[in-house]
Amino acid sequence: MTWIPEAASNLAGKVDGVLWLITLMSAVFFVLITVLLVYFSIKYRRRSDDDETPYITGSEPLEIIWTVIPSILLIVIFIYAYVVYKDMRTPPKDAVDINVLGKQWVWEFNYYNGKKTLNELYLKQNAPVRMVMRADDVIHSFFVPQFRVKQDLLPGRYTQLWFTPIKVGTFDLFCAEYCGTGHSKMRAKVIVLSPEAYDIWENGAQAGEGSAVAGLTPVELGEKLYKEKGCNACHSLDGTVVVGPSFKGIIGRSEEFTDGSSHTADENYIRQSILEPQSQVVKGFPPVMPSFKGILSDDDISALIAYMKTLN
Amino acid sequence: MDHSHGHQMDPGEAYSTSKLGMWLFLGTEIMLFGGLFAAYAIFRSKYPEMFLEQHRELNREMGAINTCILIFSSMTMAIGVTAIQRGKQKLTSIMLLITILCGFAFAGVKYVEYGAKFSHHIYPDTSIFFSLYFMLTGLHMLHVFIGIAILSTMLVLTMKGKFNQKYSTPVELGGLYWHLVDLIWIYLFPLLYLIG
Amino acid sequence: MANNTIAEHVYVPFLEEKKGILSWLTTTDHKKIGILYLVSVSFFFLIAGTIALLMRFELLTPEADFVSPHVYNVLFTLHGSIMVFFFIVPGLAASFGNFLIPLMIGAPDVAFPKLNIGSYWLYILGTIILLFALLKPADTGWTFYTPYSANTDTDVVLMTFGVFVLGFSSILTGLNFIVTIHKMRAPGMTWHRLPLFIWASYATAILQLLATPVVGITLLLLIAERTLGVGFFDPAKGGDPVLFQNFFWFYSHPAVYIMIIPAMGVISEIIPVFARKPIFGYKAIAYSSLGIAFISFLVWAHHMFTSGISEVAATIFSFLTFLVAIPTAIKVFNWTATLYKGSIQLQSPMLYALGFIFLFTIGGLTGLFLGALAADIHLHDTYFVVAHMHYVMIGGTVMGFFGALHFWYPKWFGKMFNETVAKVAWFLIFVGFNVTFFPQFFLGVEGMPRRYATYPQEFKSLMSLSTYGSWILGVGILIMTVNLIAALFNGEKAPQNPYGSLSLEWQVPSPPPHENFHEIPHVTDWTYGYGKKS
Repeated sequence: MTWIPEAASNLAGKVDGVLWLITLMSAVFFVLITVLLVYFSIKYRRRSDDDETPYITGSEPLEIIWTVIPSILLIVIFIYAYVVYKDMRTPPKDAVDINVLGKQWVWEFNYYNGKKTLNELYLKQNAPVRMVMRADDVIHSFFVPQFRVKQDLLPGRYTQLWFTPIKVGTFDLFCAEYCGTGHSKMRAKVIVLSPEAYDIWENGAQAGEGSAVAGLTPVELGEKLYKEKGCNACHSLDGTVVVGPSFKGIIGRSEEFTDGSSHTADENYIRQSILEPQSQVVKGFPPVMPSFKGILSDDDISALIAYMKTLN
Repeated sequence: MDHSHGHQMDPGEAYSTSKLGMWLFLGTEIMLFGGLFAAYAIFRSKYPEMFLEQHRELNREMGAINTCILIFSSMTMAIGVTAIQRGKQKLTSIMLLITILCGFAFAGVKYVEYGAKFSHHIYPDTSIFFSLYFMLTGLHMLHVFIGIAILSTMLVLTMKGKFNQKYSTPVELGGLYWHLVDLIWIYLFPLLYLIG
Repeated sequence: MANNTIAEHVYVPFLEEKKGILSWLTTTDHKKIGILYLVSVSFFFLIAGTIALLMRFELLTPEADFVSPHVYNVLFTLHGSIMVFFFIVPGLAASFGNFLIPLMIGAPDVAFPKLNIGSYWLYILGTIILLFALLKPADTGWTFYTPYSANTDTDVVLMTFGVFVLGFSSILTGLNFIVTIHKMRAPGMTWHRLPLFIWASYATAILQLLATPVVGITLLLLIAERTLGVGFFDPAKGGDPVLFQNFFWFYSHPAVYIMIIPAMGVISEIIPVFARKPIFGYKAIAYSSLGIAFISFLVWAHHMFTSGISEVAATIFSFLTFLVAIPTAIKVFNWTATLYKGSIQLQSPMLYALGFIFLFTIGGLTGLFLGALAADIHLHDTYFVVAHMHYVMIGGTVMGFFGALHFWYPKWFGKMFNETVAKVAWFLIFVGFNVTFFPQFFLGVEGMPRRYATYPQEFKSLMSLSTYGSWILGVGILIMTVNLIAALFNGEKAPQNPYGSLSLEWQVPSPPPHENFHEIPHVTDWTYGYGKKS
């Protein structure tokens, strides 16, 4: 546990400066008051019931001093925090836009070149980005502690934030505005790649980032994808209903759809549901599942099916 | 001097105390409606065309009639208060009765108005403008009913001879409440019905 | 006093006048009404506190293994709603305000005694409505943000309606207190001789009166959205979900000052008595209460810096937020200065008062982080906010409430409690509170978000520490409660003025008679004349 997360964006260091200044000023006043309270309580403790005490009712000079000095310090803090804030709210002209869609309880990222990812945000190191964000249903909030950025996502309106990631690595994205049952699970990974690695990602196949998944059996890969692609936000493994049908015992189960027809959940059904979820919605469930076309490869889908077969 | 019980205020103090209480209460009613008026201002500036277009659906004639009814009722209320301050219980009772009947008349007109809206399939959820219309006039209507209840109680007590020129505070306070109900409508009417 | 021969005045403690539950529920004696509120708010404090213990128990481990996420969400909604609306907003004002205001100003009762019991009945009505809401309790958080609160399939309507009714209770109590303070001061009790608890109660009452109706209309609009399909907060209908936040915080920010100002008033009463010194800077403290009340109406959007408000708006609200820190700081300096060259006795009321200053200072200073724009972006909706608010609400208001309980206990109930046990309880509460909440500042800076039923493994050690602290805090509160209740039955009879206070309530017997004063006093000086050579 460190005192403060690593500073992984260009804004983080500036925000930390504000945090340190306030901490320092607060510490000074805190120590002062504490010392005085303890010192006075001991030095002026009651010795007898007939203690004489002076009739002091106040001091105008003191009132002025301890009004003016804190006021000045407060204004300093306000101005410094405002200047950094202004920077945080002013994206540079060369910032690249990434569209963010938040919906219960998944993060969808749409890149300018048409790529789409779920619960994973790919960024290029040292390249400023502007998140253009909106929510589909209720208010969510985009929060990456290591970047020191946060902004709510609203339905019906676009909001934005910008930053430049300065370190290569994987960072946590949390939803920071309570949005219902899946709020604490609505997380994503922010993957900052070096410019070369980013180019490879940008131009290469979308799914299955080679080395990370090589060596996994299909079932293991399926389990990994279940968590990383956000399936776990809506589909449980133990039979309870979160948003969509539980995966427990799904293979071979007969599902009835909203149009009255029914079908056994076999490999083709699973594949159809992943790529075109709105084509057949199970009766009694909301039609909210996003499509994973372009996000999950055929191999990914096979792995997921293999994993689901173990869930009995 | 015996002060063991009944630290009563003198009547003058008691009167100004009650008045202060009522004025403070009226202040809270203004804050309550203030929230709705703020919503009106915000949405009006956001959707000026919607307000322009949809306010024409409102029945200005009925609104005007209701405005006249309430202003008239404020006058009868004021006469009633002056009457009881002069000990004229009978006149007060008549004035209170007329004021109450005006309240019912107001409600009657509103009933017809709402009915007409519903038959044209205009409901609180039809649009933001009509949401505001129904919320504002609905909350106001609720206050009219509360006013009727208060004044009816005053009427009964007056007829029972509880008030005279020495003690008429509750009637005055009831009058203040009724004037507020009138005042709120006087703001509502032009904002909703008249301005384009 | 009575040196003539009119009927012998027999002293009957107010507690013994008229017995039976019905007489209590229909009483118009402000001292009994204060007890009704005291019992009710304390009951809800313990309920909501137990819910908090359950929440922290769930948070002992990162997984949602004790309760499901939905149940956790219901728990934090209930904890917040009950604590805010059923305990802390009525809290000090309705219980101690009711008991003390007439006594401190030399009046026989409040201005409108029947309205006073009426306010209590409204409070009870609100709690009954809440009970029904528990059948399908809301999972929205006590802040009821739209669109989630407009759509969730839980009983938001009943819960918000219960809060609406409670709002009425709060408004009418505030109204009663304002009129009482204006109109019923004893002869000679000028504004500048009033005890500071009265100034605090006055400022609080103004807030109750003017701010509460706004949350009333806000909740009505939410109910209308759920029942009538009205769309002020629904973007699909042309509404704006952020509008709800503006309306909600327009009340809820002044509300936090309703929560803290009475506690500050209590501290201003306790310190002079236990330091045997006049309060330092009487006018500064008196006017700062009014100043805080006024500015509190202008800062609400500092809860919304990341909500999508404009940069200009955010800047203005941040500046005004820093303004409100100034009168608050002035109080802390003046209280501390009161100790200088005093004759200080560290009995339990004083321990709570000093604890208040220490903990509230932390709470107030951490508020600066949240008022500062750039810092708030990082800290908003994290555990830093949770820590800040509990430092001001528990470290501030609850310490003030417990201090008031211990200070005026002999006066109100006519008994003395066990002072040693009280000190032990205080110590456990003080330590337990800090162990629970201080780590949460670090959790917040580290990025741990609020309202999370499950959390990443890296936060486990501090989250567990916080839970252990909650157990210490719980034990401390339990011991304190048992001590105070036991004293009702076993305590020594209390003398009229065990602590040597100069305030008017201590110049009548413990407990006071029904009419408070056998003869209305004629006041010639302020109540802080300690050490004054006449």
